[in-house]
Amino acid sequence: MPSVVTANRLNDGIVVYLAPKGAWTESIADAARAETDDELKVLESAAEIAVQDRIVVGVYPMPIEIKEDGTVDPISVRERIRASHRTTLTEDWYDVPL
Amino acid sequence: MYRYDEFDHAFVNERVAEFRDQVARRLSGELTEEQFRPLRLRNGLYLQLHAYMLRIAIPYGQLSPRQLRQLAMIGRRWDRGYGHFTTRQNLQFNWIKLVDVPDVLAALAEVEMHCIQTSGNCVRNVTSDPYAAAANDELEDPRVWCEILRQWSTLHPEFNWLPRKFKIAVSGAAEDRAATAFHDIGLRLVRGPNGENGFRVLVGGGMGRTPYVGQVIREFLPKEHLLSYVDSILRVYNLHGRRDNIYKARIKILVNAMGIDKFREEVEADWNATNKAAIDLPEDELRRIASYFAPPELPEQAPRDEALAARRESDPRFANWYRNNVLPHRVPGYASVVVSLKEPGRTPGDASSDAMDFVADLAERFGHNEVRVNYTQNLVLPHAALADVPAIYDALAGAGLATGNNELLGDMICCPGLDYCNLANARSIPIAKEIAKKFEDPERQTEIGKIRVNMSGCINACGHHHSGNIGILGVDKKGTELYQITLGGSPKDDASVGKIIGPGFRAENVPEAIDTIVDTYVENRREGENFLDTWRRVGPAPFKEALYGAR
Repeated sequence: MPSVVTANRLNDGIVVYLAPKGAWTESIADAARAETDDELKVLESAAEIAVQDRIVVGVYPMPIEIKEDGTVDPISVRERIRASHRTTLTEDWYDVPL
Repeated sequence: MYRYDEFDHAFVNERVAEFRDQVARRLSGELTEEQFRPLRLRNGLYLQLHAYMLRIAIPYGQLSPRQLRQLAMIGRRWDRGYGHFTTRQNLQFNWIKLVDVPDVLAALAEVEMHCIQTSGNCVRNVTSDPYAAAANDELEDPRVWCEILRQWSTLHPEFNWLPRKFKIAVSGAAEDRAATAFHDIGLRLVRGPNGENGFRVLVGGGMGRTPYVGQVIREFLPKEHLLSYVDSILRVYNLHGRRDNIYKARIKILVNAMGIDKFREEVEADWNATNKAAIDLPEDELRRIASYFAPPELPEQAPRDEALAARRESDPRFANWYRNNVLPHRVPGYASVVVSLKEPGRTPGDASSDAMDFVADLAERFGHNEVRVNYTQNLVLPHAALADVPAIYDALAGAGLATGNNELLGDMICCPGLDYCNLANARSIPIAKEIAKKFEDPERQTEIGKIRVNMSGCINACGHHHSGNIGILGVDKKGTELYQITLGGSPKDDASVGKIIGPGFRAENVPEAIDTIVDTYVENRREGENFLDTWRRVGPAPFKEALYGAR
């Protein structure tokens, strides 16, 4: 099962994902994907450097699924909510199905 | 209301400067996250699911229009234009940036507000009756004592690192509208043997994974000894409370492990050995603080307003709202008005910055400059002239704030749940919305009558599900959100913890299950019975049969 590495950005707390070349992105679709344990270790090492550089906090790896249309499914409800970056104020906001 | 003196201003401003320095040191790398975390929590700043969350203390739920406008401004300028009123009468902003927090704290200090002790193992914001100094069943204004406790407990050197967080609620009325029995210490102002007022002191109540109704530690405490007695309770807790297991660290666990009699013995022994004069507030200081809470001067009004009566006759929606959201006031010709934050489709307790500004305007125009936050996540204008009530309604209706569901089924208490909270196991907001839709018809809610439905997205019970007549608890079962339903809880004088009725329900089936429970209640109730009366008379059998009979 492929994985990505996620965290919260230090200066504003927003959910981010480790992207290729050590960048961080708010879009899970742009996250760097690890297909093997070794690839995941490389991503985690890069993330650890970002923690030391005070770019992110609370780093952890999470499994994902790639749907047939190529989109990324964060699998768990919690991670779907994090990936959605949504607020609850508007009446018609909710796109994570019950 | 209480106004900061020179000392208060200096103290809060020093804290703002201190935290500004701590944030700068975190951003520059002088502090690690591990070092910074306890410092930010001491200032009410959490890192939640989506972003940082800032919890702002609203002492005993009281706000001036100026403060409410400042909160609106903060929401607009530094958050996403809304905030969430909580079951502890506080306000939480969900999208605050760390780099902005020092400026937010400075903006709060301008209006005599802060976030100190809204997190951490210390005495938290003291909560109270939102109708204080307005309700017609009040014995004495509880806010004076809340303020005294607030000042005493802020940075108290002995009690700032307790085994666990500590919550106190004070009620001064015949009806308990502050859920005092579910607090670490619950204080009820009561009449004493010689006609003087004092406190009935409850201890060891709480929600969470081990819910308990508080037990009476003292039937009557002369009120001048409040601080010394609370001091002794906290000392015994601080000495004996467990620090080895976070789940067993609250005072409720200690009280129930020791037994209330033994716990009382220890507290009384400590209290008897205490130099009370060194702790209890001098009479002149008590009078000074009480003077801040003098009720507003309310011009004389006719006890009955003809235009209001006519509107109730001619406008059913107004009549429905009036029946539920306008409460009697102790001064003839006045009322307390509930501004519902429970419009169907909206997140319970959320208010936009525009809504906050709007309510602040109403408080100035019609409400003698006072707004209160109810722990049921609504706002209250405590002092409104009956003659102004139709105008208040019209204004609220225009802003989507005139939902007439106070204390009805639509008035659900709901925690942020998995939509925001790092501790949550399941969502609560979408479930609350679906339930609200199911019971949207005001006539149905009227037929059901007063009922408390509370929902939490995890066992920590911020949504007070244990004390709901109907309680809903979200759990995670092998990756699926599942909802346990409890029945028979009550936060009031007949406080009780709800009992689990049976196996949990998947999210999409919860509204139907609530519908079934409500129908069962309505079918079984006798005239004049509320949900608890019926539940206590008939027991769980008919509810189980209705919910699970076909299984």
